[in-house]
Amino acid sequence: MATVVDIKNLSKIYQLGSVEVAALDDIDLAIEEGEYIAIMGPSGSGKSTLLNLLGCLDRPTSGEYCLGGKDVSKLDDDELSLIRGMHIGFIFQSYNLIGQLNVIENIELPMYYQGFSEHESSAAAKKLATMVGLGDRIKHRPMELSGGQQQRVAIARALANDPVVILADEPTGNLDSSSGADILNILDGLHQKGKTLIVVTHDDNIAAHAQRVIHLLDGKIEKEIYNKA
Amino acid sequence: MLLFRLKRTLKLGVKSLWMHRLRSTLTTLGIVFGVCSVIAMLAIGEGASQEAQEAIAKLGSTNLIIETIRPPDEQADSGNVETVRNYGLTYADAESIRNTIASVEVAVPIREIEQEGRYRNRKTAVKVIGTVPWYTEISPVQLLRGRFLSSTDMHYQQDVCVIDENIVRELFTFDEPIGEDVRIQGNYYKVVGVVGVLGKIESNANFGNNDVSMVASKGSATGNVYIPLTTAKTRFSELNYTFSGGSRRAEKVELQKITVKVASIEQVLAMRDILDALLDRIHDKKDYRIVVPLELLRQAAKMRRIFSIVLGSIAAISLLVGGIGIMNIMLASVSERTREIGIRRALGAKRRDIIIQFLTETLLLTFAGGILGIILGSLVPFLVTYFGKMPTVITAGSLILSFGISGIVGVTFGLYPAYRAANMDPIESLRHE
Repeated sequence: MATVVDIKNLSKIYQLGSVEVAALDDIDLAIEEGEYIAIMGPSGSGKSTLLNLLGCLDRPTSGEYCLGGKDVSKLDDDELSLIRGMHIGFIFQSYNLIGQLNVIENIELPMYYQGFSEHESSAAAKKLATMVGLGDRIKHRPMELSGGQQQRVAIARALANDPVVILADEPTGNLDSSSGADILNILDGLHQKGKTLIVVTHDDNIAAHAQRVIHLLDGKIEKEIYNKA
Repeated sequence: MLLFRLKRTLKLGVKSLWMHRLRSTLTTLGIVFGVCSVIAMLAIGEGASQEAQEAIAKLGSTNLIIETIRPPDEQADSGNVETVRNYGLTYADAESIRNTIASVEVAVPIREIEQEGRYRNRKTAVKVIGTVPWYTEISPVQLLRGRFLSSTDMHYQQDVCVIDENIVRELFTFDEPIGEDVRIQGNYYKVVGVVGVLGKIESNANFGNNDVSMVASKGSATGNVYIPLTTAKTRFSELNYTFSGGSRRAEKVELQKITVKVASIEQVLAMRDILDALLDRIHDKKDYRIVVPLELLRQAAKMRRIFSIVLGSIAAISLLVGGIGIMNIMLASVSERTREIGIRRALGAKRRDIIIQFLTETLLLTFAGGILGIILGSLVPFLVTYFGKMPTVITAGSLILSFGISGIVGVTFGLYPAYRAANMDPIESLRHE
């Protein structure tokens, strides 16, 4: 299997006044295609920083990050936007759907920015909406959907450009337990289809779904635990 | 491909604006009123100046009017009671102008006498104009009934007259005037024709330019009675007595005006110099002046430009205020939608995409405002004309200008908010509540 995420000596240092704070300190991490990874750790351990770097929202201070075989650690803003749009799917804790757009239009958004025609993207979006079980609600606005449904739209949106990795940040954090279980089932399903998943969470139950759990502490990888299949 | 994308961008822009209908509408109003006032102001300005120009154009742009004026050295002989002051244009002047200057097309001598006209038991103040049959060439008189003065009338010094509609209304009311006699100073003049009234030059043309009102007649006459110049010469004394403080003063003036017409507008200014040189030689005092309607027209055009610029800039300021309003709202909208911007950036939107999105929304607002403003702005002049009795003219130029300005306002005031949106840090904006 190919390595989709290859991180070597990655550091991110923030300058807070005169003090330098290393949010990530010389991390090495390799993730294979199709892996299901959970990242855990207390607040301030560098989870969010790692997620932002993995998601190409930020650039590392030093070190190397290859995504799908391409070094993305030194790209400029426009190139990073392109990488995000083409190779990364985001799932957020608070769903982050756009209020004035309906379900279909929200799912279409990543394709819109990649220049797909409306014809192509709306057909693909409809398929994805059906896949997450919202085929009958494609014209609804996010406000008219429950939290679980909104998160399913967000998952469909994350899949829109067939990304190399899917990054989920506390995907069930805002949901009740039964909706949360739904979402986790969908993620399991994606894993079975061979998608690469990286989930950031506090919750051990969620981490239990993953194949490998990475524990961060003070910007370093404390331990990696492989769950039994 | 690009067109589809444009259509989609517009569609998404409309959706975002539709989310905040009230806010969008209120924002647009600034532009609506701005554009509306530009169009309305320019229409009113244009209307006023066209009216003035028409009034001047009635004097004839290829005409030069030589007028008799009282010479300035009046005080010198004021003590002599019985001296007759002899000044002004003469028949000889008219003759020499006609005979010595080749480029004169027509020269029309005019004698004006304020008198009282009577018909049966009715009377009214009239202005008797003694002139020649070719008077019609220098003045746009419109013959309504009968005929104008003829050379036979001139030759035989006939007691005939042509009256204008105002006189018809005052003296004849519903009677047919042709063939009837108008009595002026004990003499009877047979009416042979009726002409239309020659505009209201004196009342409308004084837009800060005194010359024009002096070209036209002053005094209380209700209308004009045209008689042959030869008849006027024999019937009316050229002596004019004025009494002031017990002393009697006599003045002798042969002609009040000579109007000269040249073939083309290019010759007008040269002709003024020629006439001035000629008359300066014959007259020993400055008892005439030359009025050139063409110059008045040019002055009026200059006035009109100033007028339009002043009105236009007042309106442009309101458009500017509208633009600032739009910028204000767009900045508020950008900070309110920080999170949306973050989401879009995370999903692959480049900075340029964000700029395009917000600029599109601003432009949609301003163009919607521009179109509404054009509609309203075209209605306002009609209302002004209807209720204010003021002439207005909407020019295509003012429509294009105001629409163009609203576009420029949209881009100018939309760019900064759009750049602010595009330069937000995606991580920060995703975290924004």
